[in-house]
Amino acid sequence: MNTNSICVIRNGEIIPLAHIPLISISEFRDTVIEKVASGARISAFWGQPSGKAVRLFAILAQDKYATLALLSTEVESSYPSLTPNCVQAHWFEREIAEQWSVTPTGHPWLKPIRFHPSYRTGRDPSAVTGEQIGLTDFFQVGGAEIHEVAVGPVHAGIIEPGHFRFQCHGENVYHLEISLGYQHRGIERGLMEQPAKRRIHLIECSAGDTTIGHATAYCHAIEALSGCQAPARAVFLRGIALELERLANHTGDLGALAGDVGYLPSMSYCGRIRVDFLNATALLCGSRFGRGLIRPGGISLDVDESRVKELLRHLNKASEDVTEAVELMFDSPSVLARFEGTGEITPQTCRDLGLVGPMARACGERLDVRHDFPNGIFRFSQIPISTWHTGDVFSRALVRWLEMQRSIQFIRDQLNMIPDTGLRTEIGSLPPDTLAVSMVEGWRGEICHIATTDQQGELTHYKIIDPSFHNWFGLAIALRGQQISDFPLCNKSANLSYCGHDL
Amino acid sequence: MLNVLGVRIHQKKRTIPFPQSEPVLPDRFRGRPQIESSRCSSGCHRCVDTCPTDAISFNSNKITIDLGRCLFCGECSAICPEQAIRYTTDYRLAVRRREELVMSSNELSLATALQEESRRLFGRSLKLREVSAAGCNACEADVNVLNTVVFDLGRFGIQFVASPRHADGILITGCVSRNMLLGLKKTYEAIPDPKIVIAVGACAISGGPFIDHPEIHNGAGAILPVDLYVPGCPPHPMTILDGLLRLLGNIR
Repeated sequence: MNTNSICVIRNGEIIPLAHIPLISISEFRDTVIEKVASGARISAFWGQPSGKAVRLFAILAQDKYATLALLSTEVESSYPSLTPNCVQAHWFEREIAEQWSVTPTGHPWLKPIRFHPSYRTGRDPSAVTGEQIGLTDFFQVGGAEIHEVAVGPVHAGIIEPGHFRFQCHGENVYHLEISLGYQHRGIERGLMEQPAKRRIHLIECSAGDTTIGHATAYCHAIEALSGCQAPARAVFLRGIALELERLANHTGDLGALAGDVGYLPSMSYCGRIRVDFLNATALLCGSRFGRGLIRPGGISLDVDESRVKELLRHLNKASEDVTEAVELMFDSPSVLARFEGTGEITPQTCRDLGLVGPMARACGERLDVRHDFPNGIFRFSQIPISTWHTGDVFSRALVRWLEMQRSIQFIRDQLNMIPDTGLRTEIGSLPPDTLAVSMVEGWRGEICHIATTDQQGELTHYKIIDPSFHNWFGLAIALRGQQISDFPLCNKSANLSYCGHDL
Repeated sequence: MLNVLGVRIHQKKRTIPFPQSEPVLPDRFRGRPQIESSRCSSGCHRCVDTCPTDAISFNSNKITIDLGRCLFCGECSAICPEQAIRYTTDYRLAVRRREELVMSSNELSLATALQEESRRLFGRSLKLREVSAAGCNACEADVNVLNTVVFDLGRFGIQFVASPRHADGILITGCVSRNMLLGLKKTYEAIPDPKIVIAVGACAISGGPFIDHPEIHNGAGAILPVDLYVPGCPPHPMTILDGLLRLLGNIR
């Protein structure tokens, strides 16, 4: 492998487009396959129009070295698919095919992921884009005793829409196919085509339960491009808000897991304590989801000493309550009997699919952007990685609880040492023809944003990769060999975002 | 077992005594805006320019805010040199008609109760089907939270059900993506008559931050006859609960 085939950057850095190696598709293909085989992970793999062609970029996370390998190639209408040799490319190639009408020849399972018309004008989209959502050839298992179960898009509870197609033999699931796209709102295109004043709001809504995570990733990208630094005070408060978001969502998930196995005490308590964590965020900025807090250049609202004390009081009370509620659940044999051994994912499958976040850490993988690619507050204060090795529902629940304890301690520590600086710096002009990469460990895992500017220094392309994009396929695989009645439990143990995937 | 009981005692009863007493909201909560057009002497229109969803306009020198589009982000208030727009902590925002969300004075015609016949049918038992039609999971989460012990929606006879056939109405969140149009329509059609429609959040009312994206339908209003509009991005759970109880005539 030629070392000139890649360039290396770090999280939160920029690089002129001209410095990104533009190599032939065969070299690109070989490099990605070889790097992934030797331990790298595809963080991003996307297309951008380049004249009449499409320029494909890949970002390979080298977690052990805290570096990101960046490479690119140009393709016209087709190229040899990477997926047969590199499973991690599977979903990315489907996205590229749908967005840019570029066929990855030899892709074993080429079909739309969001069901929208091609972004590339003048191209026949029929090969890869679906005319109507849901009308597609689902993978089917044959046999007289096999039956198919279809669920969604509208679900029984108050959750987002998506379609699930199970191939069952009796109660046993042989295969699950997850078909999404119902939530597609055109965020990536909207960021470019709608007035610039709407951008931060679209970002905040890309996955509404991860408002802080996505807004922070966006702001890091814009700040890196403009060469400005958010003041230290803002950096600390962003970090505190990010961990509060993790606490609220993990608490909600643990409660919902208890509910899914019929353990009502922990379900009721966690449902209420989640609100306490949300209210702590509301204490910071008025919005329970952190809307309006994170802004390019810093944050919008300050905290004084009395507010810090109040926040600490909220946090201590909620952490005391949640400890009791969660320990009750983990002490209950009937809960453990349902959690243990359910929806197992092996470490090998986890690496093959490139899973991220708590789902990967529950397979024993030591992956965490806060630790591996620290940016923002995590350049100053470290947070240890929490893992467990069993890969099942129990493991995913336990990893959440371990992370919560770390987050609580982290916020307590940070609240005592918020630096006394300004809140916000001016965002200057952006450099022309430059690309910025920004990663944040949201509560679901690695959020990756990539911003590109044109010759005038205006944003010309924006890519969002929610952790759910990596993980949905992992959920489908986790269901193989399970009882269909365990689907709600497995689904909740992953709790992936529909809108974060569909954008 | 004793442990379970001990924890139960320690966690206490946490249901808020609403509507008997007023809830306490965070001091920075942005609820109903307070408009003072008389303060606006310079007429700089910076509020209009900064509003991400173009919810603000001027009508013969009077500031008008369309709460159906408003994200309650507070950016207009922050940029106004005269403090002509302020956000109060008043969480009561739900109305019955779309045009009532367009505020130029500080009066909001809060939702009135359903007509006598509908109240007789739904007043003590209202079953709703929730459809998320491209909501970002913030509105969904704040609807869902009404089922927790804090709000205990069930005590008002309101319940979310798992089938449209069991429902008296539909509660919609999200801007209604093209890809959810059919699912939304089919769900509505599957609910037996008479039925009510509730739109929760800026997206479901107007499209919210996604207004005019080609991939969406700018909310539920153009597709279904909406009976209750609950503005916000997302609305506070108290705003939703207040709206539901007004619709049923439990709060007047």
